[in-house]
Amino acid sequence: MKFKALLLATALSGTLFSVGAHAAELTVGFSQIGSESGWRAAETTVSKAEAKKRNINFKIADAQQKQENQIKAIRSFIAQGVDAIFLAPVVATGWDSVLKEAKEANIPVVLLDRDIDPSGKELYLTAVTSDSVAEGKVAGEWLVKAAAGKPCNVVELQGTVGASVATNRKKGFEDGIAGASNVKIVRSQTGDFTRAKGKEVMESFIKAEGGGKNICAVYAHNDDMMVGAIQAMKEAGLKPGTDVLTVSIDAVPDIFKAMAAGEANATVELTPNMAGPAFDAVVAYKAKGTVPPKWIQTESKLYTQSDNPMAVYESKKDLGY
Amino acid sequence: MRVNGLARRLPSIGTSQIVALLVILAANWIVSPQFFDIRMQDGRLFGSLIDVLNRGAPVALLSIGMVLVIAMRGIDLSVGAVMAICGAIAASLADSHALPVVLAAALGAGLACGLWNGFLVAVLGIQPIVATLILMVAGRGIAQLITEGRIVTFTSPDLAFLGGGSVLGLPTPVVLTLGMLVLTLLIVRGTALCLMIEATGGNPRAAALAGIGTKLITVAVYMWSGLCAALAGIVASADILGADANNAGLWLELDAILAVVIGGTSLFGGRFSIILAVVGALIIQAMNTGILLSGFPPETNLVVKAVVVLTVLLAQSPRLGGYFAGLPFNRPKP
Repeated sequence: MKFKALLLATALSGTLFSVGAHAAELTVGFSQIGSESGWRAAETTVSKAEAKKRNINFKIADAQQKQENQIKAIRSFIAQGVDAIFLAPVVATGWDSVLKEAKEANIPVVLLDRDIDPSGKELYLTAVTSDSVAEGKVAGEWLVKAAAGKPCNVVELQGTVGASVATNRKKGFEDGIAGASNVKIVRSQTGDFTRAKGKEVMESFIKAEGGGKNICAVYAHNDDMMVGAIQAMKEAGLKPGTDVLTVSIDAVPDIFKAMAAGEANATVELTPNMAGPAFDAVVAYKAKGTVPPKWIQTESKLYTQSDNPMAVYESKKDLGY
Repeated sequence: MRVNGLARRLPSIGTSQIVALLVILAANWIVSPQFFDIRMQDGRLFGSLIDVLNRGAPVALLSIGMVLVIAMRGIDLSVGAVMAICGAIAASLADSHALPVVLAAALGAGLACGLWNGFLVAVLGIQPIVATLILMVAGRGIAQLITEGRIVTFTSPDLAFLGGGSVLGLPTPVVLTLGMLVLTLLIVRGTALCLMIEATGGNPRAAALAGIGTKLITVAVYMWSGLCAALAGIVASADILGADANNAGLWLELDAILAVVIGGTSLFGGRFSIILAVVGALIIQAMNTGILLSGFPPETNLVVKAVVVLTVLLAQSPRLGGYFAGLPFNRPKP
């Protein structure tokens, strides 16, 4: 009974006072995809922490990788009259009608981590995503600097064939090394974003490149594949981190452990903090009516061995990765 | 003519698989001339050929269990998920318990999964493809519950030895697979069990009427498949020093079924060959390793794989073999 009354009150306050509501009293609903990866779990954890920091009432609905669950969640957020809705869309299309409902109810929608079909651009306030091309570019530029003009043969562990992240990180890296003729990719295969495949593919790269003597650096589209590749190099008697440079993307805790042990050189962070900038945009929009840009790009931060990897590991290990 | 053709084919059982394996190995040697180079590295044999054996171990293990299930006209879709469960159990216990406890828990879980499948199939009479589909879907969820959705890593050198160690220079997974193969051969081929499995697969009712305890054998065979999957899961976890519940053993049930089929065992049950199923697994892995060594763009991986599998299966087709037998150069001399 109490709960129902509360719901009703929230709904009422939402519909009646949604315009010009006070920042401190904001209620935000978040339709999360699910928890398919460690990064996703970390995103949920960080989102909760960011909401708490800003004293925002935060509700999360786990969609278990299903679009219909996300649509249901958004409808229920609209019925509850929340002040804003965050959506991490599981697919790019099919959002038009539910986003129109949100717009009619005057509730701004912010996309997190992934974008949706261009036809729906006017239906959301802004999208907070990382630029996976930029991530690859940061990795490439680091390697060009680390190679310091010496000839450097790179082997690349790609993500799943056809995944947009994999295509973009490949393109970004190629852009990053485009200016340096000494750095070139000699082999490139998919490791499906997994440790086991990363290890298997690296084993074959080592054999195909003269026992690893011709490999100067490894670039992996995610840290998990790199962790597998590092094992493969160690088993082949190579010294990853010294003989062979490594650079990968994501910044999951385990790669920092490898960095602390001197077995990995660099990683580019895909920040799990997508909600922070989204909260800021919503608060500014609600308080002053500031319309944020359509795309808020998160920072692709580079971490190397000089960034105290053990401390980063400690700060990240409990986020749910 | 017909009898003659049959007589000439009979002793050739296994020839097409062995030839296929040799052709693929030769193709690998062409795309990568160092393919047969083997050297010692830290007391362990090191080379592409060893990689084929080592990386092929999980699917080979699965196929040892799968071939028995298929011989009984069943199928076990859950082996990939069982790998994930047992790998997750092994990795979670590795740092806090002694190796025997870890192994007992993981292998026990595999046996329990097999018991569940066998119970559904033999006692409740659910079709094998549906019965094992339940665990295929739910099993991965169970594994994710165990690992809480993250990659559980361990540092225990004892468990790591099962993935990255070596016995007499051979990687431990290869030795474990050989051990499992010999053990299975001894149990199945050394007793009347082989006959009973074939009879049950050929005609379960007739087999039951002839006094074979078909239900008990069915349950036992699914449990053996679960045990093989558990061992494969332990090997996979030990290999990457962690359990990745989302990806461990993913789709490997299909590779195992393919290995059995390449090995010449019919999905309709009956006659089976454990050794050829393992050869089938090696064919698949030799192909995978070859693709990785070749430097082809990854987009072509699956196409190359499909063409090779099709060729191997066509080579085994009796009807196609009949056509070739009818060609002038193959005709028996008058």
